[in-house]
Parts: sequence; C-alpha cells; structure tokens
Amino acid sequence: MLSQLTKGERQGALTILLAMSLLGVAIAAGGRGDPIATHGFLIVILSLGMAVPVMRHLFDPEPSSARLRSYYDDPSKAGIVLTMAWAAFALFIGDWVAWLLVNPNLTFDGAWASFGRLRPVHTTGVIFGFGGNGLIATSFYVMQRTSRARLADQFSPWFVLIGYNLFCVLAVTGYMLGITQSKEYAEPEWYADLWLLVVWVVYFILYLRTLSRRQEPHIYVANWYYMAFIVVVAMLHIVNNLAVPVSLVGAKSHSLFSGVQDALTEWWYGHNAVAFFLTSGFLGMMYYYLPVRAGRPIFSYRMSIISFWGITFMYMWVGSHHLHYTALPQWVQTLGMTFSLVLLVPSWGSAANALLTLNGAWHRVRDDATLRFMMVAAVFYGLTTFEGSFMAIRPVNSLSHYTDWTVGHVHAGALGWVAMITFGAIYASVPWLWKRERMYSPALVELHFWLALAGTLTYVFAMWNSGVIQGLMWRTYTENGNLAYSFIDSLVAMRPYYIARAIGGLLFLLGALAGCLNIYLTIRHAPLASDAEGSQSKPLYGQPAGGSLQPAE
Amino acid sequence: MTVPISHETMVWIAKTFGLLYLIALSIIVLGYAYWPSKRKEFEEAPVTILNKEDRPWQ
Repeated sequence: MLSQLTKGERQGALTILLAMSLLGVAIAAGGRGDPIATHGFLIVILSLGMAVPVMRHLFDPEPSSARLRSYYDDPSKAGIVLTMAWAAFALFIGDWVAWLLVNPNLTFDGAWASFGRLRPVHTTGVIFGFGGNGLIATSFYVMQRTSRARLADQFSPWFVLIGYNLFCVLAVTGYMLGITQSKEYAEPEWYADLWLLVVWVVYFILYLRTLSRRQEPHIYVANWYYMAFIVVVAMLHIVNNLAVPVSLVGAKSHSLFSGVQDALTEWWYGHNAVAFFLTSGFLGMMYYYLPVRAGRPIFSYRMSIISFWGITFMYMWVGSHHLHYTALPQWVQTLGMTFSLVLLVPSWGSAANALLTLNGAWHRVRDDATLRFMMVAAVFYGLTTFEGSFMAIRPVNSLSHYTDWTVGHVHAGALGWVAMITFGAIYASVPWLWKRERMYSPALVELHFWLALAGTLTYVFAMWNSGVIQGLMWRTYTENGNLAYSFIDSLVAMRPYYIARAIGGLLFLLGALAGCLNIYLTIRHAPLASDAEGSQSKPLYGQPAGGSLQPAE
Repeated sequence: MTVPISHETMVWIAKTFGLLYLIALSIIVLGYAYWPSKRKEFEEAPVTILNKEDRPWQ
C-alpha cells in the first residue's frame, strides 16, 4: 500500500505524522492532571505507530505510472475493513447497554462502564464509526466510478480516512474518561471537533478535485447526495460546536449558546445529522449501488433530483420538532412540525424510486441477499420517514416524546435503513474491490440478512410496545386527578421489552459478526475473478452466486 | 446583550419571505428537472453508471 504513494506523498505523510506526534507531546505535557493528557499520549502513540512504516518505505522507488490507469481503491478497502470493525465494536457496546437496562449490575462497578458513558460510545461508534467509515469508503468508490476519474491524489484520501478514525477514537475513549460536552451526537470536546473540521475540509476538497477530473459532463445524482452530506455536516458541526475552551491544554469548554437557544441549535444540528449524515449520504449509496446491483437504471432520474432538493431544503427546518411543549416559541414548534410533514413527499419519492427500480428484477431480490439488503433498506426508509413525520405532530409527540417509541423509531432507521443499505453496499463492493468472483460464502450473506432482519423487527416491535405503554402510563390519571402510576411502575412494566430488545440487538450483532467473518474469508480465500488481471471489468452486476444472468426484461 | 432583530420581525420574515422563498424554490427545482433541453442528459445519466468498464477514462 505505502509503495503506491509517490515519494512526495510519503514525505508529506511523514511530516504530518511527526507534526501530529509533537502536538500530542505538547497536549500530554501541558495537560498534566487533566484527562486531555491521555489523549495527548494516544495521539503520540498512534502517530508514531504510523510514522514507522512510512519511514521504512520512505526511500522505495517511485510507483509505476501504470497505477494511474486504474482507480485508487486502497483507501476504500481499508475503509470497509474499518467500517466492519466499528460495526462489531459499537453493536457489541449497544447490546451491552441494552442488557445494562435489564440488569444494572453489568457496569461491574467501573465508572467508565456506567450507562451515561457507554451509551454515547455506542451511538458515536455506530453513527460515526460504522456509518461514517461506510460513507467515506463508498463515496471514494462511487465518486471515481461515476466520474470515471481516479482520485485526485493518493495522500488526501488516507488523511481523510485515518484522520476521521482518529476523531472517532478520541471521541469514544473520551467518553469513557468522562470527557463530554453533553450535546447529544456532538459529545466530543473542542479539540476533537477542530480536528474533525480539518479532516472534513480536506474531504470536501478531495471530492471537488476528483469531480473536476470527470469526463462525463453530468454529475450523477449519487454525488449530489454525498456532497450534501459533506457540506451540510461541516456547517452543522461548526455552528453547534461553537465553544470557548477553558484552557488550551484542558478538555473542558463552554458552549457559545445557553438556554433555549442552545436547545434549538443542538436539535437543528441533531436532526440535520439524521438528515445529512444518516440520510443524504446513505441515499447517495443507494442511488449508486441499488441500480448497479439490480442491473437496471434508476426508475426516475428526475424524481431523484426533485427528492434531492426537497430533502436538502426541507430537512433544515424540522429540528424544532424535538422541542415540542418546551420554552421554544409555539410558532417555531409548528414550523418544525409542518416541515416534518411536507418532508414525507421527497422521502417517499426516494423510497418509491428505489422500489420501482426493482420492478422487473424481483427474481434477483429473491435470489441475491445483497440486493435484498438494499430492498429492505428502502422499505425501512419509507416506513421510518413516515413514522418520523407522524411523531413530529405535536399531539402525537405528547405521547411518544421521552419514551422508548423514540428509541424504536431511531433503530428502525439506523438498523433497518442505514445499516442494511451499508451492508448491501459492502457485500456488493467487496468482490469488486478485491477482484473476487463473489463473496466467499453466499450462505453467510443469507444468514446475515435474516439475523439482521429478525433483530431489527424484534428490536423495533419491543420498543414500540414499551414506548406506547410508557407514554400511556405517564398520562393515566386516577379519579382524584392524581397520576395513577409512578415512574418506577412504568420501569417495571418495561422489563420484558428490554429483554426482548437486548435479544434483538444480539441477533443484529451476530449477523454483523457473520459479515465480518465472510468479508475476511473473501479477502483471504475466495477465488480471484477470472478477468481480474485482464480487462478490468466489474463482475457481472447482480448476478446471483452460481446462477446464470437473466435476460433483460 | 441587545437583540438585533426583534421576535416579531423574525415571525414576519418567516411568514412572508419564508413562504415565497419556498414556492420560488419549488418552481426552480421543477423547472430544472423538466427543462426540455435537459431531457437527454437526464435520460443518459442513470444508464452511464451501468457501464461495465472499470477504469478511469484517461
């Protein structure tokens, strides 16, 4: 991998790694007595750990210019491995947290393992670790194929991928140390936030530079979705994390906002993180991998454009539906509610577009678990966006808010939509990237599919039940006008659902582990595609393993 | 700290300009998607990604 970099790129990498390790030393030395010092040491260890192999290859000869005639896929390969590693880790933590709600003793008396610290480890691990790496890895793949251009250089993709993972590691280890700015989905402190900003700007510039090398005059719609993901996440990240650190060598900072302004900024960020991290980017994935795997062009390209602008301009306003019945002005709540309802139009536009694309390819959905992952993802996308719009209606929200219904809704989206489309995209790209005929074991893909589906359904049904029961118990009054149930009563009523949820999560985790094993075996042992050396063409699209390609409808 | 824009002004902007802005935006987006000279481009785009050759153009 390293000898593919040019000499200049290797020197640049070494310079940055050495500068990073100096920065780490400064943080570790200056931050003595503050938890930030641990992060200083972590940065030193990781930077030096990467600097050693770079130094070993520093004087290798220049790579052959033949490399420029193929796509640069090494960062995508590494990204996919990291995606699966984060999936295994973060789903494990998630299931641990789920069991913790069944049996509170599972913290083993460690402060680092308390619910309040493990939960953000889970959410950051799945959203940013698993989801983010999946988006970065597939976006590199998609931007090159749809532009028919090689990545603009070989250093910045590595900077983006490794830098991004450094951010995730700082975030997750920080929570366990007790470092948090207590903003949901934006917990990392100021220094990790600044680092992510640098990484993100490099990512955006790399995307633009690669697109500018394209031959096709038109930019395929998947790229629009990926670009919206990059641009808007940058915007959200900057505004929501505006803060003043207490000291340059301390972890603590104070937010620029307070009170209801802070709440609105946080949920403007929070819901747009759902919109542009967990939706827009993954729609980009869907608009490329689903048609390619099905071997059919997207049902309506125009609908994909209209949906794109609809999502981009309407999601911006919906964040306030997280703050119904609060100090936020009533009209701002109504604005959020109204836009949430209108948003159903572009959301269902994309879901319908995906499902209608499969008309004429349903036999492939039946035979090919990879395509089935993508189909189920589109179904869950449609269901979850409907549920979300519904829950944003103020009176509905009075029942659902603060209950497990919200948790169920989020997981219908995260497991059913985000994770399913990612697994589909990964199972499609692994054989293409490693030039294999197919995945090592189609049976393991099937197993993963059914475990994932069973896990998601178990999880979501458990949380729907528990959420509605919770909501109803909290609003039941006696004849005298007193609350009929105490909070503890509702907690006791939740226990069976918490057990069911933890089992659902376990099934989903087992599926992901089967996926990890299958990907490992594919990389190590699957037979090379017959044309891997010669024509550089992708394995046949959507061909079910062992089956023959169906004639076009 | 003084608030530069009053609450009432914000509400007024949201209820007037906000509405017109979204209507204008819808017209622009629909106009773009259905512009007759764009037809060929939008018909070709979804098909070109199914191209089987897996290498850059240069």
